[in-house]
Amino acid sequence: MNNKLTTMAPWLAYFLIFGSLIFVGGDHTIHIASQVIILGLFAIAFNVLFGTTGLLSFGQAIFYGLGAYITGMMAKSFGGDFFVWALLIAPAAAIVLSVLLGVLSLRLSDVYFTMLTLAFAQLAWGICVKWSSFTGGDDGIQAIPKPELLAGGLNYYIFSFVIVTACLYLLWRLDRSPFGSVLKGIRQNPTRISFIGMNVFRHKLLAYMISSCFTAIAGGLYAGIDKSIHPDMFVWTMSGSIILMTILGGMRSFFGPLIGVAVFILLEDEIGRATQYWSFVIGAIMITVVLLFPKGIVGISRHFARLFAKKGGQRDNP
Amino acid sequence: MSFEIFISQFFGGLSVAMLLFLVASGLTLIFGVAKVFNFAHGSFYMIGAYFSYQAIALFDNFWIGALAAALGAGLVGMLLEICFIRRIAGREEEGAFQILLTYAFILILDDAVKFIWGPAYKTISKPESLAGSMDFGAVTIPTYNMFIIVLGLVIVVSAWYVLSRTKTGKIIQAASTDTQMVGMLGVNVSLVMSLVFGVATAMGGLAGAMAAPLRTIAPGTGVEVIIDSLIVVVIGGLGNFWGALFAALLIGEVNAFGILWMPQWASLLSFAVMIVVLIFKPKGLFSREKGRKKI
Repeated sequence: MNNKLTTMAPWLAYFLIFGSLIFVGGDHTIHIASQVIILGLFAIAFNVLFGTTGLLSFGQAIFYGLGAYITGMMAKSFGGDFFVWALLIAPAAAIVLSVLLGVLSLRLSDVYFTMLTLAFAQLAWGICVKWSSFTGGDDGIQAIPKPELLAGGLNYYIFSFVIVTACLYLLWRLDRSPFGSVLKGIRQNPTRISFIGMNVFRHKLLAYMISSCFTAIAGGLYAGIDKSIHPDMFVWTMSGSIILMTILGGMRSFFGPLIGVAVFILLEDEIGRATQYWSFVIGAIMITVVLLFPKGIVGISRHFARLFAKKGGQRDNP
Repeated sequence: MSFEIFISQFFGGLSVAMLLFLVASGLTLIFGVAKVFNFAHGSFYMIGAYFSYQAIALFDNFWIGALAAALGAGLVGMLLEICFIRRIAGREEEGAFQILLTYAFILILDDAVKFIWGPAYKTISKPESLAGSMDFGAVTIPTYNMFIIVLGLVIVVSAWYVLSRTKTGKIIQAASTDTQMVGMLGVNVSLVMSLVFGVATAMGGLAGAMAAPLRTIAPGTGVEVIIDSLIVVVIGGLGNFWGALFAALLIGEVNAFGILWMPQWASLLSFAVMIVVLIFKPKGLFSREKGRKKI
C-alpha cells in the first residue's frame, strides 16, 4: 500500500501542478508551462536512451526538428486542419529515420555513437539551412496555421497536456515493463544480457526508435506554441540543453528530466532575460552538476529524504 | 578543369588539411593516451586565434602571436584538466560525463571570448615575409599556404618521433596502457596526463593562430572546427595518429574540389564522406579492434 503510494506520488504531483495551471495560470505562465511539458516529453524520451539504456546521443535534436518541420510544413501547405494529422505523421517519419540512423550509429560503441549522432544532427541542420527554397532556410517558418479549437494559448496548453500525459504514461509503463528491465540491463552489463539470449543490438535499436518517436511528437507540439519553427531546433546546443536538463533533474528517475526542464526554463526566464551571457551560466551549472551532483535534483532530495528517515527512525528506537 | 586550377585547388586543400590535422591529431592524442574525449578541443583552436590576435595587437609580431596561442591554449588546457577533468576520473559512466564536462567548457569559453574581446569579428594579417606567392610556371600558390603545409609536416614528423622513438614517448604509451604499473615505477602519471593534455591543446591553439589570417576570428568558430575534427577522427579511427592524417587530407581535398563542383553544398560533403566510410568500415578506415574504451 505504502509502496503503491510512493510510486503514484510523482504522478499526483504532476497532475496537481500542471493540471491546476489550467485554472490559475496567466498567459505568461501558460506559455512557460507549455514549454515545460513539451520539452519535458523530449527530455524524458531522451532519458530512455541515456539514463535507462546508457546511450548518450548528442543528436536527438534531429528528431525534434524533424517533428517540428513535418508538422509545421504540412500545416502550412495543407491548412490548419491538417495540423493534428501532421502530429501523427511526424513520429512515423521519426521511426523510419531512426531505423536508418540507428543501424548506422548503434553498431558503434560509446564515444563513436555520441559523435555520430551529433554529426547526423549537424548534417540535418546544414540541409535545413541551405535548402531554403524548401525549408525556409535561416528564417524558418512563421505563422503556422492551427485548427481553430487550438488557437488560444490556454486551449493549446490543454491539448499539449493531454498528449504529453498520454505519451508519458506509455513511457512510464515501458520503463517498468520487462522490456525496460532489459534496457537497464544493457546499461549495466551488455555482455550478460547477450548471455541470457537477448539481442542487445535489437533492444538498443528499439529504444532508439521509441525515444526518437516521442521526441518527434514533442517537436511537432512545439511548432504550435509560437506558430514558428527555425533551424536552431536541429542545432547541437538544443541536444546539449536537453542533456543538461536531464542530468540537472536526475537521470536515474523517470520524472527527473521533467523537473530539470522546469528548473532550467524558470531559470532561463529569469536569468536569461537579465544577461547576454546565458551560455556561460548554463556551462557553469553543468560543471557544478557533473562534478558535485551527478544524480541531479532528484538525487539530492532522495539523499535528504533518507537522512530524514534515519533520524526519525533513531528517535523511535531507543 | 584545367591543370592550373587543379594544382592550386589541390594545394589549397592540402593547407586546410594540415590545419585540420593539427586539431584532429590533438583530439586523437588526448583520447589515445589520456582516454579523455575532449569535446572542447575546437574551442582551444578558437582561444588560440584570440590569444594570437591579442599578442599581435600588443607586440605587432606574428610569431609572438603564434607562440602566445600555443602557450596560452596549452596552459588553459592543462588548467581545465587539473581542475575539472581529473576529478571525474574513474567514476561510473565516466565517458558520458567527460563529454558533458567538456561540452560545458565550449559554452563557457565561447562566452568568455565574447566577454573579453566582444562579439565582433577579428582579423589578423599574414606575416610580411610570407605574404607573397610562389610561382611554379603557370601555377601560383600563396607562400603562406606552402608554409602551413610544411609546418604541418614538421609537426607530424616530430610528434611521431617523440611518441614512438623517445623515452618520453614510451612513458606516455605505457601510462596509457597500464597507469598503475607506470606509477609504481616512479613516474608521476597524472603529471604526464596533464602534459599530454597541454601539448594537445597547444597544437589546437597553434592551428587556430595559423588559420586566423586565412579565416576570421569569432566566438563560436570552435564549434565548426570540432565538427570537422570529429569527422576526421571518425573516418581515421579515434586514437589513430596516421588515420587522422589520412582522413584530414581526404576531407581537405574533398572540400577543396567540392566547392568547384557544387558550391552551395560543399560544406555538407564531409558528412557524406563520413557516412560512406561508416557504412563500409564502421570503426574508421584504419580501425584496430583492440584497446577501445567503453563509456
